[in-house]
Formats: sequence, structure tokens, C-alpha cells
Amino acid sequence: MTDYSVDLVPDLAPSSQYKFATRVLPLLLMALLLLVIPLLEPSRTSLSLLNAVGINIVFALSYNMLLGQAGMLSFGHAVYFGFGGYAAMHAMNWIETASYDGGVWAAFPVFALPLVGFAGGAAAGAVIGWPSCRRAGVPFAMISLGLAELIAAAGLMFVGLFGGEEGITGDRMNGVEAFGLSLGPIGEVYWFIAFWAFAGTALMYAFTRTPLGKLAQAVRDNPERVQFVGYNPNKVRYLVFIAAGGFAGLAGGMSAVNYEIFTPESLSVIPSGLVLLMAYIGGARYFAGPILGAIMLTYMQSNFSDYSEAWLLYLGLLFIGMIMFAPRGLAGLLLSAVSGIQHSLTVKSLLRWGAYCTAGLLVVVGGVTLIELAVRRSNGFGEVFEPFGLHLSPEQVLPWMYGGVLLAAGVGLLTALHKVGEGESK
Amino acid sequence: MTAALQLKDVCKSFGPANVIEGVSLEVKRGERHAIIGPNGAGKSTLFNLISGLFPSTSGQILLSGRQICGLKPFEINRLGLSRSFQVSNIFANMSVRENVRCAVLWSLGYGHSFWRNIGNLKEVQRKTAEVLDKVGLSDKADVPAVLLTYADQRTLEIAITIAGGADVILLDEPTAGMSHSETNRAIELIEMASEGKTLLIVEHDMGVVFGLSDRISVLVYGEIIATGTPEEIRGDARVREAYLGDEADFAEVTA
Amino acid sequence: METVVFALLNGLIYGLLLFMLSSGLTLIFSMMGVLNMAHASFYMLGAYFAFTLGQSTGFWFALFLAPICVGAVGACVERWGLRRIHAGGHVGELLFTFGLAYVIEELVKIIWGKFAVAYEVPAELNFSLFELYGAQYPAYRMFMLLVSITMLAGLWYLLKRTRIGLIIQASLTHPHMVSHLGHNVPRIFMLVFAAGCALAGLSGVIGGNYLVTEPSMAFSIGPIVFVVVVVGGMGSLAGAFVASLLIGFLQTFAISIDANFAEIFSFAGLNPEGDLGRITISSLAPMLPFMLLVLMLMLRPRGLMGEREF
Repeated sequence: MTDYSVDLVPDLAPSSQYKFATRVLPLLLMALLLLVIPLLEPSRTSLSLLNAVGINIVFALSYNMLLGQAGMLSFGHAVYFGFGGYAAMHAMNWIETASYDGGVWAAFPVFALPLVGFAGGAAAGAVIGWPSCRRAGVPFAMISLGLAELIAAAGLMFVGLFGGEEGITGDRMNGVEAFGLSLGPIGEVYWFIAFWAFAGTALMYAFTRTPLGKLAQAVRDNPERVQFVGYNPNKVRYLVFIAAGGFAGLAGGMSAVNYEIFTPESLSVIPSGLVLLMAYIGGARYFAGPILGAIMLTYMQSNFSDYSEAWLLYLGLLFIGMIMFAPRGLAGLLLSAVSGIQHSLTVKSLLRWGAYCTAGLLVVVGGVTLIELAVRRSNGFGEVFEPFGLHLSPEQVLPWMYGGVLLAAGVGLLTALHKVGEGESK
Repeated sequence: MTAALQLKDVCKSFGPANVIEGVSLEVKRGERHAIIGPNGAGKSTLFNLISGLFPSTSGQILLSGRQICGLKPFEINRLGLSRSFQVSNIFANMSVRENVRCAVLWSLGYGHSFWRNIGNLKEVQRKTAEVLDKVGLSDKADVPAVLLTYADQRTLEIAITIAGGADVILLDEPTAGMSHSETNRAIELIEMASEGKTLLIVEHDMGVVFGLSDRISVLVYGEIIATGTPEEIRGDARVREAYLGDEADFAEVTA
Repeated sequence: METVVFALLNGLIYGLLLFMLSSGLTLIFSMMGVLNMAHASFYMLGAYFAFTLGQSTGFWFALFLAPICVGAVGACVERWGLRRIHAGGHVGELLFTFGLAYVIEELVKIIWGKFAVAYEVPAELNFSLFELYGAQYPAYRMFMLLVSITMLAGLWYLLKRTRIGLIIQASLTHPHMVSHLGHNVPRIFMLVFAAGCALAGLSGVIGGNYLVTEPSMAFSIGPIVFVVVVVGGMGSLAGAFVASLLIGFLQTFAISIDANFAEIFSFAGLNPEGDLGRITISSLAPMLPFMLLVLMLMLRPRGLMGEREF
């Protein structure tokens, strides 16, 4: 046998500059951004939005450990978020009790409650994952849905544990202060969220670089072959499931401290669906995809739901649109735009981009007009749709025609562009 | 000395169809053993039984004297048996280097570790680089496996199979669909990969089989009708008859 | 005794309703490999279409028209949606139908309003058929039974006695075979999807006025249908039938049992206090299918009659 010593074999690992630029730098930039935001003196509303974004980033990334990394489609990920949150909520109340009566919990800072959440989520993942990770693919998805329904229903029954419909409340301004933060004002909660959002992101990124993380990707790509390199794919899935449950619990713990209330609704299938949408719309193939998705959907949720009753419809349409036309998500769209600019920046390609954007805009404007008119007509309060100073009444025919014509023009343009594109590629 | 791999009266039926009917086979340690036979003889099924993908209906399979019937594929793999697939069975969305890296992890004892950075594991990097160098894929290390040429994918398939350092290697038609020059390259690769190991190979290309193997078994309709050195097999009348039904053709392809 | 008889009858009706839903789902899943998450949404559409059509044509026309309309919607969904993403694999298709369920619910809210609509049992059937142990039994339930059994017989005839049935049966056991038969596969897919949706629509027509027609009806019955399919064994029609009846009986019996855990506990000599004691068996009814699911997974992961591993 030939002796292969270290120096004979070419070093295939990427250069340290490359490693720094792709692995460390993005995290440093994220930390920098988190540090800079308070300098801009955001309003209370923006701060509460930012806090919600931070929680959802961790939650969506934890979901993507399943979907993007291990190829497991779950419809019940909020269960682990909820268990983590409830664990943190109870611990918060124990801290409060202990601060009067003394006890072990008196020494536990509220700042560290996400760790309790992590433990809660991981424990729930370990118990629930045992039966569900025996199957993969579609059955796994169905099982996750069934279990989520079961646990959401149980949440309303066990009042002592979940607090019934009103949920459990707590007070975060108790116990030991960490980093001199009382966690009273929302500005201090921001630091708490920023810290844990960064820690969660960094840890989950690190997870992708471990042997188990790599094996998870191998299981996603080809579970059969994994068996023949010495691994039990079910066990790999199970371990990833526990880790994902833990990080979801971490997000739950962040949410418990941020809102000081937790209700059984947060265990249900609705937040489970939302986190799936965040990860997918952002781009499940990329580590940073769910971050984009979390930012976008949290922003939409807090802003659009004020403007339009139909925001869930828009969300559903966006989701379906992404599945059909951009399955790599926002991250994929961004990357292809960047590589487009780098490699083939010609007048022609610019024109085509412009045409696609125009068509997309037409579809969106036409669709939104129709939907908003329909919503107002359906409500029957005689409301009028007034975008940008326009006056569109659902009782008249003309506004409907505007919407219809815009939509039809957009769809027509898209079809034409698609045909042209196909013709060229042939 | 116990045989590296021993099959005792192994049977497999799918419903009413008996695909493997009482196969007994002994592969000696360090031997290169080929299984040939017409299409549908049950060669791939036999591989699936040995590697644990299907449970056998009856009979015994021993790996270095140890009963491996009823074990799961990953358990058999951990005991030192590795196999390749007829259709490339790789981790398509991962790079070539990552493919091989996943295959060396278990043998180096990193199990399900989630507290180590894979990039800092020196042995893993060295072993991966060594395997890639051996099969000649070093220059394509960072290419996503799905973008490799067909021949390179077949090579990667073998690389994954040998990466774990198993003593017994099963190759399922490693040269299927390759051109002449690619086949010659693949033979070199197989010779190198099986150096010091036990090799069981299913192959259609008679040039490969007769050039490579120490012994050959002929599987026809789920039964082994002959086992012997290439010379013995070449001269075996039953094989000639059963294999192609045409003696002249068989003599020609095996010449 | 009367509880048992009533529970048996109601359980049978509910079970057959579930089977009407799960049979369509199973057909679609077996042939196309698509688990239609929006299946219950087509059930909801059936109820709403029947409500609207019924206002102009009357219930009896709606009984036939509404499922056809739902089937047409299904065909459009397959033609313009699913077919485009078919190449991308099953996860994309699953997610597509999941998104579709959201969209249909929101559209229903816009078109028919957020609250339940007054979709009622037709006057011709709104009488009590017979009296049992002093209680009236509504005729409409017998009508549901009749429709379900007719559907069941029709499905059986289609599968066992017709050419298309042979193809469907073949594809149930050998999913890759259909494409080798030389049939126009996309067309068959579209028809199967439409037929499955029409079945769901039919169950909506007869179930919508028996239960309640509201925008959340899809999300309340959808998960139960998935449980039926998993418990029965994915891809098995017979399994879906058994599981539907099992869950139908289980739920209706649980609702009719008037006891809580405290009584059972004190009977067994345990401490009846605490959360667990306060739970009544009837309040457990909605959870039972999911408990059955977990139990099934522990004991027999491939389901009652599942032959294929998925």
C-alpha cells in the first residue's frame, strides 16, 4: 500500500481567506448591524417589530434545520416553540416566587431563560420525535400535523400547565440582572433579543458544519446511500429533530420574555404553517434564506394586517407563486440577480429584466385591486378602496375593469416573455 | 482461515417468485470474485441480500464467520462490508469532497458528533483527500456531484464505497454504460481500490471480469451453476450453454 | 342501549362521510404521489357551491352540479398548477396544495363571508323518519347513508368492472406502471385529480348541511382525513374504508359517553382531583383520531392495510 502522508496529499480545504469571507464575515456583519440599529434611535413600534423579527429569525432557522438541511417537512414545528416558551414562562414565574421566598431559581437571571426554552423544546423533540422520526417523507409530514393537532387540543385541556385559553403571564423584571439589563424598557429587551438572535444564528450555522450537520444533508439528498456509509438515517433525523426542537424552544423562550405571556394558540398549526412559509419563501436551500423570510413575513404580518384584511390571501398567493416560479426562494432570486449583474450585464438582459418586473408589477397591481374591491364588496359596509388618492368604489363596474385589465395585461406579458425565452433557449 | 464472506443456502422470494434459490458461495479473504450471469439472474438481488437492503427468506450469510442475516444495512456496513450501486447513488447536492467526507466519518469514529467542526478534523480531511487522490477526483473536489460527468459519477460511487475502509467491497456493475477508454480507467481504479481487500463484483463486461477476477461464479435463474478460476469457467460447457445458449459467442466474448 | 344504537348509526354516517373524503385523497395519492393538503378545501367548496346553486336550482340539482363544479376547479388546479411543478418532486406539490388550502379559505371568506352560511337540509327531507326509543331520527341522515352507499357501490363497480378501474387498481399496487401503459398520463392525472376533488365536493354537499358550512370547516376536518389515510395505510382504499368507520364510531361513541376521568379514577381508587380528572370523555372526542394515529405508529407504522412503505 502506498503511504499517504499529509504533505503528499493536496490540501483540498478552501483557503482561510475564503473561509473567513463566507463563514465568519457574514456573522460579523450581522453582529455589527445588531449593534448599529439602536444608534439610529428606532421608535417603540420599530423596536417591537425588530424584537418580533429576532424571535422569528431563530424560529425560522430552527425550522430550516428540518426542511432545508435534513429534508423533513414538518407541519407542527410550533409545538416545540410552544413547549420552550411555556418552560421559560414557568421558570420566569419560579424566578419571581424565588425572589421573595428564596430558592434555586433566585440565582437564575431572566436573561438566560431562552436556555430553559431550549431545554424544553429539545425535551419535547426527544419525546415526540421518537415515534414520528421512524417515518420520512409524506408520512412524516402527516404525523407532524396529527401530533400538532393533538398537542394543541391538549393545550386547552391541561389548564395547570398551559393556563387554558388565557395562557400564562409573567413578569420579566425579577431576579438577577445580567449585563446590567433590567429588561424593563423595550430598548433593553432589544439587547436581550439581539444577543439571543445572534447566538442562535451562530450556533445553528455552526451546526451545519459538524459531522451530524453534514450527515443531515446527506440524508436529505439520499437516505438510502447513508445506510451504506454506516449511518442509520432515522437516527440522524431523530437527532436533528431534537436539535431543531431545541432551537425552536430557544425562540419560544425569547418570545416568553419579550411578550410576558404565552397562550396555547402558539402551539397550534397556524404558527407552524407560518414558520414553514417563512423558511420556504426565504429560500430553504440556503442557510440565510429563512432569515430573509422571517424579516419579510414578520414585516408583512405587522404592517399589511393593518392595511388589508386579505393579507393571509396575499401570503398564500405569494407562497404559491414562489413554489411555482421561484422554488429557491428570495435568497435564490437575490443570488441569481447578483450573478446576472456580474456575468451578463447587457442592454438586452436589462431590457428583459425590466419587462419581467413590469409584468410582475402589473399582475400585482391588478390582483391587489381586484382582491381589495372584493373584500370591500363582501364586507358590505359601503367602503371604498382608496389607494394613492384614487377613489375606487366596489359598487361601480369601472374599477373592476381596471383591475381586470391590468391583471390580464400582466399575465399576457409574462406568457409572451416566457414564450420568447423558450424560443431563444431552443 | 474463515472465508471473508460466506453464503449458505440463501433463498429469496418475492411473493410467489423465487428469485434466489439456494445460493451457496464462499469468497476467500483477499480474493477478487466476480458474479456473472444473464439479465434477470438475480445478481443485484443477491447484492441487496448480502448488504442488508432486503431480508433473505432463508439461509445464512456470514461476514468473516459472523452471521449478518437480519442486520440493518448500516450495521453490516459498520462490520466492514461496503457496496456500490448499479445506478449512481450519490449525494447529488453536495460537493464531491463532501460526498467522500460523509463516507469516511463513521470509520474514523466521529459518529453523530455535533460538537466538532468538521473542517478542523485533520484525520477526516486527510482521509478524504487521500481517497480523492487515489481515485483521481482531487481536481473536481468542489464540484457539486450532480454536475459531474457520468464516468466521474461512477468513480465517485466507488470512492464513497471504499472511503470507509471496509475489508469486503461489493461493486455492482461499476463499468455499466462506460466507453472503452473509461472502462480501462475503471479497471485500474478497481484494481487499486481492492488492493489488500476482498472484492465481490457483478459485471456484464466479460473483458473486465476475466481480466480482473481470481474466481468467477455463474448465477443463472437464482442458482449458482459453476464456480472456478477464469480458465475453468471459460471451459465449462454448462456455463457456455446456460449463459448464452451459444457456445461460439461465449468463447468469443471471453477470449 | 339507545345510546349505542344511535351512536352506531351516527358513527356509520360520519364514517362514510370520512370515507368519501379519504377515498378521493387515496386515489389521488396512489396515482399521482401527491398528498392533496387542500383536499378538505374541496369538500368545503362542495358545501358552498351547493349552498349557492341550491338557491337558484334547488338542492337536487345542486347535488349533481356542485360536485361537477368542484371537479372542474380541481381539474384547473391540476392543469395550471400541479402539472407545472410536478417535475420538482413531491415536496413542492405537497407545499403547493398546502398553500392552496390557505388561498381557498381566504377566497371563501371574501366570497361568502366570514361566518357560517345558512345551508340547510332540503325541506323534502326535513322530517323525522322513524322513532327509536322515544327519539326522532331525521330522514336526512338516512339520505346521507343512501348517498354514501351509492357512492361506495359506484366506486366498487368502477374499480372492479371497468377498464379505467383496472388501470387505477394497477397503479395502486404498481405506481410506476401507468406510464408504461401508453396512456396519456397527464390527462389521466387531471381526470383522477378532478374525480378525487369531485368526491370531496359530493361529501361537502351532503355534509355541509349536516354539520355546518363555514370557512373553517376545511381546517377542522382536513387533519382527520389525513389521520384516516395514515391509519388505514397510505394508498390502500380498503384500509381507508376501515379506518374511516373506525374513527367515525370512535368519535361518535366518545361524544355520547357522559363521564369524566374523575369518575373513572375514583372508580379505580385513584385521586380524582387535578386537570386530568376534570377532562370528560366527550371532550376527548376531537383528539381521539390523533391518539389513534400515535398508537398506530407505535404498533404498526405502515397502517392497517398498507402494503407499500412510503
